[in-house]
Amino acid sequence: MNKNQYLKKTFELAAECRYFELNVFKNVEKKIIKFPVYLSAGQEFISASLSTICKQKKVVPELFPQHRCHSIYISFGGDKKKLVNELLGKNDGCTYGMGGSASIHSKEIKMFGHDGLMGTQGPIGVGSCFVSKKPTIIFLGDASAEEDYVLASLGWASFKKLPILFIVEDNNLSILTEKKTRRHWEMHDVAKGFKMKSYNIDDNPLNFLKISDRFFKEPILVNVNTNRLFWHAGAGIDSPKTFDRYKLILKKNEKSYKKIDDQKKRMIDILWKKQLEKQ
Amino acid sequence: MEKTVRETIKEIVFKHLKKKKYKAYGQCLSAVGWVGGTLPELYEKDGMVELSMADVAGGGIVVGAALAGDRPIYVIRYQGFNWFNCPIILNYACKSKEIWKIPCPIFIRGIAMEGGIGPVAGSSHHSLYHRMPGVKIASPMTPKEYKKVYQQFMKDDSVYYVSEHRGSYGNKEEIKDINKKNPDVTFFSISITRFEAIKAAKILRKEKINVNFHNILWLKPFNIKQSWIKSVNNSKISFIFDDDYRDGIASTLAHKLMSKSQKKVIPYGLKDKSAGFSKDRDNLPPSAADIMRLVKKFLKK
Repeated sequence: MNKNQYLKKTFELAAECRYFELNVFKNVEKKIIKFPVYLSAGQEFISASLSTICKQKKVVPELFPQHRCHSIYISFGGDKKKLVNELLGKNDGCTYGMGGSASIHSKEIKMFGHDGLMGTQGPIGVGSCFVSKKPTIIFLGDASAEEDYVLASLGWASFKKLPILFIVEDNNLSILTEKKTRRHWEMHDVAKGFKMKSYNIDDNPLNFLKISDRFFKEPILVNVNTNRLFWHAGAGIDSPKTFDRYKLILKKNEKSYKKIDDQKKRMIDILWKKQLEKQ
Repeated sequence: MEKTVRETIKEIVFKHLKKKKYKAYGQCLSAVGWVGGTLPELYEKDGMVELSMADVAGGGIVVGAALAGDRPIYVIRYQGFNWFNCPIILNYACKSKEIWKIPCPIFIRGIAMEGGIGPVAGSSHHSLYHRMPGVKIASPMTPKEYKKVYQQFMKDDSVYYVSEHRGSYGNKEEIKDINKKNPDVTFFSISITRFEAIKAAKILRKEKINVNFHNILWLKPFNIKQSWIKSVNNSKISFIFDDDYRDGIASTLAHKLMSKSQKKVIPYGLKDKSAGFSKDRDNLPPSAADIMRLVKKFLKK
């Protein structure tokens, strides 16, 4: 896969995630979805890039996400119909009606559900990888990364040289509390303190590609500066000025990507419509 | 020659690691003492995994190990350390089968002791686990009981909290129930209190107070036997003794026994106060003398 193919594939996945989340947004507003949802719009290029890289490497990683995880599920090939059903509160959803938005899982794509306690996926993912020795991705937010047990598990993963990729989706916000009011240190520096290789990048897909040679050979932490487009939970917009990478990439590549954007929008809208009709 | 509880545990751990190729995890395992002589002298290459001193993360790492197909034994050196060790076990491992249909079996060895070791290291803390769905709790005090609990765990895919007590490690004997037709009093006894309660029962019998005595091995699920209800209904008064605080499992089990019978069952565990280090300030489980005093007080003898 060359660079352009990589970018195209990444955009395709990001488009699926984006239009999926826009449909969730709409159905939360209409009160068709009745429980708390954690929308990942704005952050979708992280999972889209990682999934594309894993496919290129022919690696099927074990995934340990946390609550804001729809894009991870979709990017890595989770069954979208089942996710719609889960969000509609049906028992034939991807987590049998038990997962809602925050605790979804998929055995098919090796995605483990999250229990709702911030950061537990850190030590759990480390323990799983310690036994399996399989390539593992642990997704954290900039807030959950602060949990003491996350920091301790980073240290142990580094000590045991486990093939884990720690991804910190750093949207700078814990609900609405900014990072600067919570701490004066950065996760990539902490990782270095634990003798782990680490990077601080933004969510441009090319940044992941540049460092991907190192993935799964040793424990690595990547702090990814990104933006959450919508509220922490539910359907709402904190600021209309929030940077939107999806729109930027689409604008820059309108000629080649507009068709993909339209196609994915149509595909996801139809998927939602069909599942809603079955209600 | 019969084995002690200590030797039984050590043998189980050895086979779990060397024959079944699973792992045991904990802090300071391979140190002098090998956790009271219950661990074989094995190292990480054999499956004996030293965790860092981060208690909460340690519990989470063990959960991950169980998800990956290991059937980990997790050693918690003092039961009070569960305040830090159990959150991820209770909130993930215990719920995993129900929420995600992915079992997460862990054999947790929580070790109790008491006497001059303060409010955290002292006593049993099995009540901490009791309220969470998806956990099984046993408190084996004899070699056969310990084997039985382990064998059941190996056939099951649930989280097991095994409430051990160092005071039982030297024990080789099985403890038999006493179940006579016309008791004056019935004892239900948990953990280390079983040794003192049966001692009290035997002395009281010599003093013409007939005591029925029932071992409580399984705290959860708590399957009430018909003979227990009969015994309670035939007694003037019944007690349940525990090495954890009275406002914990003992009270819950007493309530369950009372709901099924027509008589009072009094929970008697640690007092509702923090244990100090000096002898006068300690908070200990009931001794045989305490139990006898209690019985006589209720029977007005």
